Amino acid sequence: MQRATLDLWVGLFVLAGIGALMILSLKVGNLDTYNGSGTYVIKGNFENIGGLKIRAPVKSSGVVVGRVADIQFSTKTYDAIVTMNIEQRYQFPKDTFASILTSGLLGEQYIGLDAGGDEAMLKEGDTIMKTNSAMVLEEMIGRFLFDKASEDDAF
Amino acid sequence: MPKRIIAGIQKVGHRTIEGIRRLGHATLFFLLVLLKSGTSLRRFNLVVRELYYVGVLSLIIIVVSGLFVGMVLGLQGYETLQKYGSESAVGTLVALSLVRELGPVVAALLFASRAGSAITAEIGLMKATEQLSAMGMMAVDPVARVVAPRFWAGVISMPLLAAIFSVMGIFGGYLVAVVFIGVDAGSFWSQMQSNVDFRIDILNGFIKSCFFGVAVTAIAVFEGYDSPPTAEGVSGATTRTVVTSSLVILGLDFILTAFMFRGL
Repeated sequence: MQRATLDLWVGLFVLAGIGALMILSLKVGNLDTYNGSGTYVIKGNFENIGGLKIRAPVKSSGVVVGRVADIQFSTKTYDAIVTMNIEQRYQFPKDTFASILTSGLLGEQYIGLDAGGDEAMLKEGDTIMKTNSAMVLEEMIGRFLFDKASEDDAF
Repeated sequence: MPKRIIAGIQKVGHRTIEGIRRLGHATLFFLLVLLKSGTSLRRFNLVVRELYYVGVLSLIIIVVSGLFVGMVLGLQGYETLQKYGSESAVGTLVALSLVRELGPVVAALLFASRAGSAITAEIGLMKATEQLSAMGMMAVDPVARVVAPRFWAGVISMPLLAAIFSVMGIFGGYLVAVVFIGVDAGSFWSQMQSNVDFRIDILNGFIKSCFFGVAVTAIAVFEGYDSPPTAEGVSGATTRTVVTSSLVILGLDFILTAFMFRGL
């Protein structure tokens, strides 16, 4: 086979392979969310995180603004400490409200941030004061049954 | 009677020693190839020529198999997921199973039977027709001139082929789920993107395919170089290449998966 033809085919093959890797990382994966703008770390203490996992999205008004970096249990306060990486371009006030929400009925759990009205912004390493735990189905049903029973007692 | 028992035990011992000897021989040969690959990296044309035979000619089987594996995954995934009303997760299912497991493993199995067997047969036949000895006579090192370029071509091709396989599979899944069945295209891609992580899924799949490339080509060149110089010997070596590399791929895949995705 001619040298030039051979080089052409091998070049096409290598380019196709690299192109496939690019498609995998950009179109299929989420490499584009790892942008260069950097992130800052904030923490939140939650009474109950339900099924929250590391890498779960942190959303505000439905827009992904960061990801959960770490989840640990504190033996001092007996609650869960969730560490979040928030993108640098999204700044939140100090009195931001964090709650653990579920996308859809059976979907994955994520952290929703509702901005407050404070002048000061959250900085690297700050802790969110106002948090709302995940809804646990068993507790909800238990509360519902308890309310129902006490309602019946009234009559 | 005791004589036959002793003979049986001797047979087991002989096989064990022979197996260990071959393993040691293979390891030494692998190190020798690495040591002598300087020439092939300096004269890269040798590798480019082999890349054509090992990589480009494997493209057809990789592309077609990837497409069909993805289409079947899309069809089967849809059938099961629509029972739970979450058919838009079919994109995630297809992408994760291809990128993490099926892409590297199936591409490596195909690569072993398409390119690995060819490498073994070629080197084995060169040895049987004494071409390798003739090279040695002319002071050309056959390991540096024949074996190392084929080894590096295989190592370079394998990750590229696995990536092409995964992309074709995802396209096949898209074709079946979105174009034929009618899953929403937006949720197909967005669910896929939010669940496939670059570092954990794609990079680990890529590392896997690199490991498989080294394993398959190392086995193929060793079996070819070590084959008895007869027609029967070459055919046996070719069979052994396919069988051994398939088993090694599956075993290695389990070990790598256990290291990469444990605790996820």
